[in-house]
Amino acid sequence: MTRVAVLGVGKVGTAIARAALAAGHEVTVAGSGDAEPVRFITEIMAPGVGVATAHDAVEGSDIVVLSIPLPKLASLDPEMLAGRIVVDAMNHWEPTDGALPALFDGHATTSEAVAAHLVGARVVKALNHIGYHGMEADARGFGADDRRGLVAVSDDAVAANEVAEFVASLGFDVIAAGPLSRSAAVEPGSTIFAGSFSAVDVARLLGEAGAHAHVAQKVDLAEQFDGA
Amino acid sequence: MQLGVYSFGNQATDPVTGELVSTAQAQRDLLEAIVLADQVGLEFFGIGEHHTEEMPASAASVILGAAAGQTKRIRLASAVTVLSTDDPVRVFQQFATLDALSNGRAEITAGRGSSVESYPLFGYKLEDYDRLYAEKLELLLRVNEHATVTWSGTVRAALDDELVVPRPDRGSLPIWLGTGGSPNSTVRAGQLQLPVSYGIIGGDPARFKALADLYRRAWATGPETTRQPLISVGNPGFIGETNREARDTFWPTWYRGMADIGRRRGFAPPVREHFEIEAEGGALFVGEPEQIANRIIRLHGAMGHSRQFLQMDFLGLPQRELLRSIELLGTKVKPLVDAELGPEPEVVPNPLDGGPAPVETGAAS
Repeated sequence: MTRVAVLGVGKVGTAIARAALAAGHEVTVAGSGDAEPVRFITEIMAPGVGVATAHDAVEGSDIVVLSIPLPKLASLDPEMLAGRIVVDAMNHWEPTDGALPALFDGHATTSEAVAAHLVGARVVKALNHIGYHGMEADARGFGADDRRGLVAVSDDAVAANEVAEFVASLGFDVIAAGPLSRSAAVEPGSTIFAGSFSAVDVARLLGEAGAHAHVAQKVDLAEQFDGA
Repeated sequence: MQLGVYSFGNQATDPVTGELVSTAQAQRDLLEAIVLADQVGLEFFGIGEHHTEEMPASAASVILGAAAGQTKRIRLASAVTVLSTDDPVRVFQQFATLDALSNGRAEITAGRGSSVESYPLFGYKLEDYDRLYAEKLELLLRVNEHATVTWSGTVRAALDDELVVPRPDRGSLPIWLGTGGSPNSTVRAGQLQLPVSYGIIGGDPARFKALADLYRRAWATGPETTRQPLISVGNPGFIGETNREARDTFWPTWYRGMADIGRRRGFAPPVREHFEIEAEGGALFVGEPEQIANRIIRLHGAMGHSRQFLQMDFLGLPQRELLRSIELLGTKVKPLVDAELGPEPEVVPNPLDGGPAPVETGAAS
């Protein structure tokens, strides 16, 4: 059981919260302000999750999932997330977000920009290349023929494996890869972002995208499920 | 249940030459489609504001105005108006004029739009996205409620007791809030006690049941009125004689449309296997009349929506195919849905004058 804080209660945040709850995790969600409007939403959209302020949700968590619109990144207090394992589930949607020039300054990928803003956080790019409605619909038990492969990319191998274990518990095979500078392989515009693939195909596509040297491992799920 | 059609404009493929029609012809095609939809007994036609060559329906109220004179019963609506980059007073005036010319059949669906071509076109900044929408929605609702308006904000000039005409004979216009399924927008629509219109373009539409529940819950926190929460659903769909034929006809146009959007948004073209899954039980209502009727009835059981309308003309769909699908929706699907759910309600919401207003029923028979 992982204590998960989900920041953002839009389509993505509520879907991740439901999926995490169904997988047996302790889930607390937070919006940008008071807890009450969030509670109003989650009582119907994700019944069973806890609701708190962002600060309190993060305080009591093992993993923090960011599911806010990327342009709102600047509103996150880096101090709050320093030292935390932070899942960057966000994407840059140029058609609705615009070009985000300030955010991109000097960075090849958005997850690097996220990491640069959240100084001290252990950022893992994950859960960004699956549609929010696939989060529950596509989840499969371990060993299922049609279990999807999802990527966890980070500069921090330990954080990547923690997140990989969490994503695996939601019903997906996980490929832990790095570094963040290569995460263009899972951003909008990439083959991986677009489609639904097995873990083997995801690993192959990562290789084709030039990230092969950095594929840490395919997480050994059997080992994890044995608690080894 | 009201059934209908919506379109973003479509450059149809000329079946003889194989070439795309002009963007001007696309407007005439759209008018022809609205007239047919009315003739076959459909209750709703919506035009979603877009500004691209492939989807050139940029001036909805003009086409709907032309349709007002050639139709009798069908409701004429935007689906959606990109309110953030338009002037709420102008939007109201255009649709109030449409309402006058159509004898009370105009509706506005206000939204942010799914793309942002209108921002550079009209000189707005994307970073003002939230503020533009919030302030302009507030102003639109106020203009709809009061003939003389006093308002001030940051996104346009203040109004000091200014008269806004024409006024709709029925007091005000139905203004729907359009959303792709955000919980926050759902709560906003409910708290404002506005009817809500969901665009569902992927995945099992029944998952919107939770949002429908959230919307009704938010509505219930507002004041007691005779108004009622109303939900409509817009999604891609196409009707053919058989499932196979409908899907074979729709697939190439869907593929081109999605590949085109995908190129700009960073996702790959659709694959046929996924299309078939979506057409069988997902957001694509593509198939024979019996199946589509059953799926509409089933979704009604989950969401309790009172209106569903389909986008049929994706990139390049020949006009004759669009017309055939509209005809099947009106003459085959609608009777099946009516037989199960009964005829449409005799009132539509009149959100801001404190009560529903009677309109002509759209029953075809």
